[in-house]
Amino acid sequence: MAEEVKLLKTWSSPFGLRAFWILKLKGVQFDFVDEDLSNKSPLLLQSNPVYKKVPVLIHNGKPISESLVILEYVDETWKQNPLLPEDPYERARARFWAKFGEDKVLVSIWNAFIKQGKEQEEAIGLAIETLKFLEEELKGKRFFGGEKIGLADLALGWLANLIGVFEEVIGVKLIEKERFPLLSAWMQEFAEAPVIKESWPPHEKLVTKFRAIREPYVAAAAQPK
Amino acid sequence: MVKSDVKVLGFWPSPFLMRARIALKIKSVEYEFLEENLGSKSELLLKSNPVHKKIPVLIHNDKPVCESLIIVEYVDEAWSSSGPSILPSDPYDRAVARFWAAYVDEKWFSALRDIGSANGAEAKKAAIEQLIEVLVLLEDAFVKCSKGKAFFGGNQIGFLDIAFGSYLGWLRVTEKMNEVKLLDEVKTPGLFKWAERFCADAAVKDVMPETDKLAELKASAPPSS
Repeated sequence: MAEEVKLLKTWSSPFGLRAFWILKLKGVQFDFVDEDLSNKSPLLLQSNPVYKKVPVLIHNGKPISESLVILEYVDETWKQNPLLPEDPYERARARFWAKFGEDKVLVSIWNAFIKQGKEQEEAIGLAIETLKFLEEELKGKRFFGGEKIGLADLALGWLANLIGVFEEVIGVKLIEKERFPLLSAWMQEFAEAPVIKESWPPHEKLVTKFRAIREPYVAAAAQPK
Repeated sequence: MVKSDVKVLGFWPSPFLMRARIALKIKSVEYEFLEENLGSKSELLLKSNPVHKKIPVLIHNDKPVCESLIIVEYVDEAWSSSGPSILPSDPYDRAVARFWAAYVDEKWFSALRDIGSANGAEAKKAAIEQLIEVLVLLEDAFVKCSKGKAFFGGNQIGFLDIAFGSYLGWLRVTEKMNEVKLLDEVKTPGLFKWAERFCADAAVKDVMPETDKLAELKASAPPSS
């Protein structure tokens, strides 16, 4: 039977990139569509009626939404080059760090990015505290997945390029090499890994986009109170 | 009975703790339950979950597993040869179950909490309407997942039943304290009957906190791990 695999994403979404990575790493043949989120396609709206968000993976007509759910689905459906280890305890750890990345790292970095003034200082402090857990977890490991890229690496991989973008826009270094030697090394190794390195959206385009996203927050903070 | 060195750290009213206990019951795993005083967390808790310092934590042969849904998946995998499977066997069904479990934790939980924290009749009314919208979506999910059977998981309780059902005690408290019917025989008939079956299930009834005891606690503070 001919497999039909279609990925709905955008040119810049880090969540869409996760799904893109795993499909490429597994050598799965797929089509993709870069959506315009200001003009969502009928296919997107129909495939993800609950959230109307990307990414959505459509496998033989059946849609799967939420990037971390997509990662596990792809890992279970295409068994070559497995992302998750066999051992239940190690699987639980991988899932834990993927979730930590989502709930804590992403949120804290985003706050450091959009907040202004004193609030930004506090947000940066919190982000650094959060990142220390990642630094600790990398001790003795090349990737979060151990010797090779695993679930947590794909979940956290957005750090490898977006941190640089955010740092450039806000003019503050969030991940300093001296403070985060292991995390810095991981970011570089991940960014240059096969498949991953060909996938990064253009840096300047990302800087322009995120600068524009940040503008309203800057403007609001500058308003006289 | 499956004997092993298993400890569970928890706080009795927590729906997240309940998830871990239901999973262990399904797999007939004996464990030592350690009740935490959240105002004064034990050394064991702080050592086992240094990142979040929250319950529940499952400790299996001295190795800690954190995050309630990750614990449920771990129990399913570590004791895969004991008792029925908790996650569905088909990868697509697994993805659907995980999608809705994530939805429950994100949308349902916050909608339920918003009712409790709403200030004034207008805010409360809006919060209740929002929760009912969520319930209508979950009713639809129930019809699709159960395919005419008793539970989201089919003939037996599964992952999504556990994820959502663990909130039923608190749902009942919210209904009682706000004098409102949220799970309605007319609006959400599938879920209404499912809730009764879930609470009566052998894997659930002994680990479900009594509504009255939860209501007493609510008078002082909302649940938090």
